[in-house]
Amino acid sequence: MSTAISLDHHDDHHALPHGWRRWLLSTNHKDIGTLYMIFACVMLFSGGLMAMLIRAELFMPGIQFLQPDLYNNLVTNHALIMVFGAVMPAAAGMANWMIPLMIGAPDMALPRMNNLSFWILVAGGIMLIMSVVVPFLPGGGTPVNTGWTLYPPLSLQVGMSMDLLIFTVHLLGVSSILASINIIVTLFNTRAPGMTLMKMPIFCWAWMVTAFLLILIMPALASGVTMLLFDRHFGTSFFNAAGGGDPVLFQHLFWFFGHPEVYVLLLPSMGIVAHIIPTFARKPLFGYTSMVGAMVSVGAIGMLVWAHHQYTIGMSLAAVTYFMIGTILISIPVGLMIVNFIATMWRGAMTFETPMLFSIAIIVLFTFAGMTGVMLAVIPGDIQYHDSYFVVAHFHYALIPGALFGLYAGTFFWLPKWTGHMYDEKLAKLFFWLTMVGFNLTFFPQHFLGLAGMPRRIVDYNLVFTEFNKMSSLGAFIFGISQILLPIIIIKCIRGGEKASDGVWEASNGLEWTLPSPPPFHSFTEPPVVK
Amino acid sequence: MRLGGRLRHIGRACAGLLAGGLSSSAFAEMRYNFPEPASAGARDIYDIHMLTMRITFVLLLIVYAVICYSLFVHRKSRGAVPDQKFHLGTFGRWAWVMVPVLVLGVDLSIAGSAEKVLHSLWLVPKDKDMLEIKVVGHQWWWEFEYLDQKLTVESRALPPEKAGDLYLRDVDNRLVLPTNTKIRFLHTSADVNHAFWVPELGMKKDAIAGYVTETWATIDREGVFRGQCAELCGTWHARMPIVVEAVSNDRFNTWLAEQHKVAEAAAAEASADKVWSKDDLMERGRNAYNKNCAACHQLDGKGLPPAFPPIVAGLPFPAAPALTKPLEERGFLKDGKVVMGTVASHLDIILHGIAGTAMQPWGQLNNLDVAAITTYERNAWGNDTGDVVQPADVEKARAAQASAAAH
Repeated sequence: MSTAISLDHHDDHHALPHGWRRWLLSTNHKDIGTLYMIFACVMLFSGGLMAMLIRAELFMPGIQFLQPDLYNNLVTNHALIMVFGAVMPAAAGMANWMIPLMIGAPDMALPRMNNLSFWILVAGGIMLIMSVVVPFLPGGGTPVNTGWTLYPPLSLQVGMSMDLLIFTVHLLGVSSILASINIIVTLFNTRAPGMTLMKMPIFCWAWMVTAFLLILIMPALASGVTMLLFDRHFGTSFFNAAGGGDPVLFQHLFWFFGHPEVYVLLLPSMGIVAHIIPTFARKPLFGYTSMVGAMVSVGAIGMLVWAHHQYTIGMSLAAVTYFMIGTILISIPVGLMIVNFIATMWRGAMTFETPMLFSIAIIVLFTFAGMTGVMLAVIPGDIQYHDSYFVVAHFHYALIPGALFGLYAGTFFWLPKWTGHMYDEKLAKLFFWLTMVGFNLTFFPQHFLGLAGMPRRIVDYNLVFTEFNKMSSLGAFIFGISQILLPIIIIKCIRGGEKASDGVWEASNGLEWTLPSPPPFHSFTEPPVVK
Repeated sequence: MRLGGRLRHIGRACAGLLAGGLSSSAFAEMRYNFPEPASAGARDIYDIHMLTMRITFVLLLIVYAVICYSLFVHRKSRGAVPDQKFHLGTFGRWAWVMVPVLVLGVDLSIAGSAEKVLHSLWLVPKDKDMLEIKVVGHQWWWEFEYLDQKLTVESRALPPEKAGDLYLRDVDNRLVLPTNTKIRFLHTSADVNHAFWVPELGMKKDAIAGYVTETWATIDREGVFRGQCAELCGTWHARMPIVVEAVSNDRFNTWLAEQHKVAEAAAAEASADKVWSKDDLMERGRNAYNKNCAACHQLDGKGLPPAFPPIVAGLPFPAAPALTKPLEERGFLKDGKVVMGTVASHLDIILHGIAGTAMQPWGQLNNLDVAAITTYERNAWGNDTGDVVQPADVEKARAAQASAAAH
């Protein structure tokens, strides 16, 4: 059969693509994965630069560098860039790279769609940057000063950049949905013979749940911003009370997307940690089945508790009670995941390479974030914490370790596999410790700021908040500047270094480690058999 | 701020951080927890907060102790041998039941005690004799209406020169409330979402246009309690402080009587029959403009393009069509530059605002204030149109609008 022949002699029939065609027209999962990660890295640094500008402004009371609207615009775009530009693409890049290797497939199931979803993402990224630039041009209107939640009626007042942002959201949504479809199809159809769903590596399971979540939630956000667009330009009143609409409807649509989105950011990183800890503890993952169950239930409960972001909008007692109890219950699967991680380390033989250091940091810091999360879920407390700096501290503790550090851990874990070289361990450890000091110094004091009564998203504050803000800004500069080490380590590793073996790590376990480092252009031309 | 001043600020900040910033005197000001509650609801919230903090602290200690022990003992460099069968033992087989049951126990005990407090906070008493305050959020000031008293207090942030150390925490008119009285707050908004938050009173509720949300409190001690708007409401979100002054019932009644007198005097003065001199109107106009309009259009009338147009004629105003088109139609913008339109359309904009933009209707101002602001805007900063607008003109403009609406 012709298909069999082309499978057998693939590399002989087609010369490997090279030059710009290799990247622009790529259908290869590894190249597209690399593209995703380069994109994410660029976005990470632009979002990080915005964060540092924000912290520079907040270093002391008074308005020093940024006009209030520009400040609010940076707050908005910092969030959107980090969520949609940095974390999601980086996780998608790792999915592209690792899922076919882990399940013994030659490539993603829908390679051309893979190319499409990446380049739509780039278009979305460009449009996102344009929304920041447009207000500086004549006739550009006001910048987006609404925060990433884009709540109307404020978002109805904003100028042209809001329209660009709405189209950005559409593009990013299309890109994520296409990528999710691809991942689901790949996981269901191209697993190696013998690999049942319950033998699938945990990172694949994490992405399976993530991909389903994305398909379920993105349409809610897309419909919300579409209504916003209609209200802005076509005379409808979806969110205008004076015209019979409801401003709170948008908040529900937004958070129906926005809350599960937290788990979209989180789950892939948890999947990565679930590979790293067994490797460096030299012991199998504790509770594989319960881990899968926990991930599925986090996804499911996560879809049902969106309104805990809106306790202060005046819902009925019955509604808020439901959302409170539902939210608190999320601590059960999350707690189970953490216990599984700790039990994997327990009675192992641990060594502390950089990926392991990051994983341990994730367990420690994310547990802390989970605790403040329970505090926030309890409504009487939340009435005080809501929209204060306590919330800013909480979600940065959840998302920086829970998402970003997981991606860092994955980067160091798989870098030797991707490049064929070991990275500079000393430099990587320096990077880890600087990151830890900077991160904690930035966000820990913000808990106190929130309790003392400092609202979030303010450009200027009273003198009583000065000391903690100074500490926080100082930490942010350490945190921000130390991130420059990351591309340095990666570039150094690509250029050369100690040759990595196929297995790379002493106790590495899984199909991906049976291939040479770096893996050949087409990963598995012969499907491996899993017993 | 001039560059010199800016550098001096930075210098002082750096010196403060290095030398004074870490001294004990500076740390004495730092607060690590909620301010002391001043109402029963806030005290309940505080107790729940401390309860959850204690529970989470104990849990963290246990988890961190296990992690630290494991990190120290189970390391390869100490010769640890991995126990490959650990996950097959009793804990391994039952962890998926044991852990959720334990966590559920903790969860339910927290939720149970929260539930009780939630009831008393959420269900606003329906007593007839409660003091009712309508809280209206505006971009960017607060309006407090004492519903049974026919009294309205407008509350705006004081400029830094006047506020001093209470910068962004002090206002011109405080919300004066009696102690030991049940107070019902009704929240709404005239434009975008705002949120009313005074930590000592233990409440935060969004003010949403088209909605009325309610909260309640009984303040149990006298004092001055400061809060801020807690929902992002645009450019000057940071400049929406709230100051509640709690006083005894007697003092509250005295204050009410005074306010009524002041309001009556103002109403008499603003009567439409009186004709004012231009100088008087300009003087009143400057004060009223600086209070009501300068937050967006600035003290010098130059605005903050592209969101807020300049009022000084001859300045360019590049902005989105949504904002420039109504200005062109009303004759206030020509070839991208601000010009002075007719008095009639000037009054129309002030009284009714521009729909879909941050320019709100200012119809709640009395005729005298509107007349004074219009006169001031048409003659200040070199606009020099020479127009004098009298309260009677404003009255006529209102009547014309009302009859147009009736048809």
